[in-house]
Amino acid sequence: MFELLGIPPQALFGQLLLGLINGSFYALLSLGLAVIFGMLNVINFAHGALYMVGAFVAWYLLQYAGIGYWGALIITPVVVGILGLVIEKTMLRHLYKLDHLYGLLLTFGLALILEGGFKYQYGVSGQSYPVPAALNGGTNLGFMFLPFYRGWVVALSIVVCVATWYAIEKTRLGSYLRAATENPKLVQAFGINVPVMITMTYGTGVALAGLAGVMAAPIYSVNPLMGSNLIIVVFAVVVIGGMGSIFGAVASGYLLGLMEGLTKVFLPEASNIVVFLIMVVVLLLRPAGLFGRER
Amino acid sequence: MFKKSLLAGVALSTMLTGAALAEGLSGDKVVIGVLTDLSGVYADVAGKGSIVAVEMAVADYGGKVLGKPIEILTADHQNKADIAVNIAREWIDTKGADTIVDLVTSSVGLGVQGVGGEKGIVTINSGAATVRLTQKECTATSFHWIYDTYSLAHVTPPSVVADGGDSWFIITADYAFGHSLEADATAVLGELGAKVVGSVRHPFPSADLSSFLLQAQSSGAKVVALANAGQDTINSVKQAAEFGLVAGGQKLVALLAFLSDIHSIGLELGQGLLVTTGFYWDLDDETRSFSKKFFEKFGKMPTMVQAADYSATLHYLKAVEAAGTDDGKTVAAKMKEMPVKDAVIHDGKIAPNGRVIHDMYLMEVKKPSESTGEWDLYKLVKTVPGAQAFQDPAKSGCALSQ
Repeated sequence: MFELLGIPPQALFGQLLLGLINGSFYALLSLGLAVIFGMLNVINFAHGALYMVGAFVAWYLLQYAGIGYWGALIITPVVVGILGLVIEKTMLRHLYKLDHLYGLLLTFGLALILEGGFKYQYGVSGQSYPVPAALNGGTNLGFMFLPFYRGWVVALSIVVCVATWYAIEKTRLGSYLRAATENPKLVQAFGINVPVMITMTYGTGVALAGLAGVMAAPIYSVNPLMGSNLIIVVFAVVVIGGMGSIFGAVASGYLLGLMEGLTKVFLPEASNIVVFLIMVVVLLLRPAGLFGRER
Repeated sequence: MFKKSLLAGVALSTMLTGAALAEGLSGDKVVIGVLTDLSGVYADVAGKGSIVAVEMAVADYGGKVLGKPIEILTADHQNKADIAVNIAREWIDTKGADTIVDLVTSSVGLGVQGVGGEKGIVTINSGAATVRLTQKECTATSFHWIYDTYSLAHVTPPSVVADGGDSWFIITADYAFGHSLEADATAVLGELGAKVVGSVRHPFPSADLSSFLLQAQSSGAKVVALANAGQDTINSVKQAAEFGLVAGGQKLVALLAFLSDIHSIGLELGQGLLVTTGFYWDLDDETRSFSKKFFEKFGKMPTMVQAADYSATLHYLKAVEAAGTDDGKTVAAKMKEMPVKDAVIHDGKIAPNGRVIHDMYLMEVKKPSESTGEWDLYKLVKTVPGAQAFQDPAKSGCALSQ
């Protein structure tokens, strides 16, 4: 049997596939961040907390309403999206005239409040959420054992990412959005309600975080800290992809998942910093990110 | 003006020191500080539950010692040694703290133990794992109550090896605690003639451990041991089930798991896991009655750390009563003379290095079909006598036990 860089190819393929699975979460979360930043110019620091809220909503639905995974997959993004609408309408809206930093501070504060509240109520050990019965078990791919649920996560995240990209880049609604970002006054003059559109965009962006939360619930334990562990990496992903670039966020999400997967084989201790090393290199060589445009 | 207040300060501090040396209680009361993690990763292992346990101990003692009131201070050290040391100094210098308990997290434990040693204040660690607390860094007034990395490595692994688990793969959290646990376990396995076929160190904390589990899976080791804690252990166990490690015939061992961790993992995924613990609520009538009272106040069964806070506080108060003073060194000496005997530790004694020697328990996590309730999580596999579970004090390197 031949070996690749001292690692049997089976193990390597396995690790790459795992990287792709983690990349799916990075992609979904950075997609929401990129949509919000691209359209609203808000650096949404509450994204990780809303991802956590998504996982908790799924858990509530199961615990108190008896609604399982499939129902949660539909309901949770709506609930988290509505929470987003409320945040935008009542708070974020008033900060658009000010520097970006104020939006960042507000959302950072919100994240702390949300996490603190859940921590107070549920402690930090987390709640258990079962894998849906239909996706229990897995299959042996020859080089690794792939749990069906992880395969589902990759497939669903690719579908959602492509659909979001298509909606923004290829549809009429998407073109309004992009136009409103360039020149909101002009677009409003054409009779399009820009404030409503912005509110809806924020709602959609955080709904994506809620969706990622539901998808994560069966894999990780549902706990108040789950968002803050992830959000920093996701920010790095967005920066590497290019702030505001939808395609960049998604592509670099998967790419960094793969890079991280490889690091876990060759130098496991470094696997939590490799993303940031890549970020430093990318920023030095291409300050606007891999897929971003200089503004 | 300044000079005057300075003089008054000097006079006051002489009076205070004078009082502490004499018989009786400094400040006419006994002050117990509970310094714990109220908001971070160990908040469920210790946290609010630790405060409840200390309050219960004070209440069960009668609320007074030597006829004087007992006061409890509490604070969140955020798992940061510098914050913990500052709080400890403030408590000792301005609030008259006589003892500081809990001290979960190894770096915090070592830091505060140093302050206690320097100021002659009793420090009782029930939360942190590192065995260093009773080795070179021991002090005349330091105690380590319920478990340590040495006992974790000397209870579960021998039993697993005896059952035929002779090849191991260790997944280690990449920080001081993980390293020390891995080293202790590797040493034991070497002595027992078992082979460690591989190990991997993962960043702390890690949400996704599947990559490391996959490496363990493909190593072909019969036993996969987790030298990590809290959230990392919970995620490891969940994901090991997902990737079919146990179904594939490998045995999973969590070298350190608390009751709160297993409660969070659930029996479906946790079943069959071996756990070392110094306390479990459902051992006998005494533990059940204490735990039931704790549950009524707190809504959760106590972890071994919280139970240890109860035991330690009671023992401290008994020693103050017996010594007739709250002077740290005198009380510490008294604590070491007296046997530890309460609802949590029925028959313990304290070695000169501050190590409480008592029975440890090897537990197996129940199958869902065996469990009769939310907290019915463990069944007892084996009771390991303290002398076997804990390090021989004479070999600990602590100057007090030479």
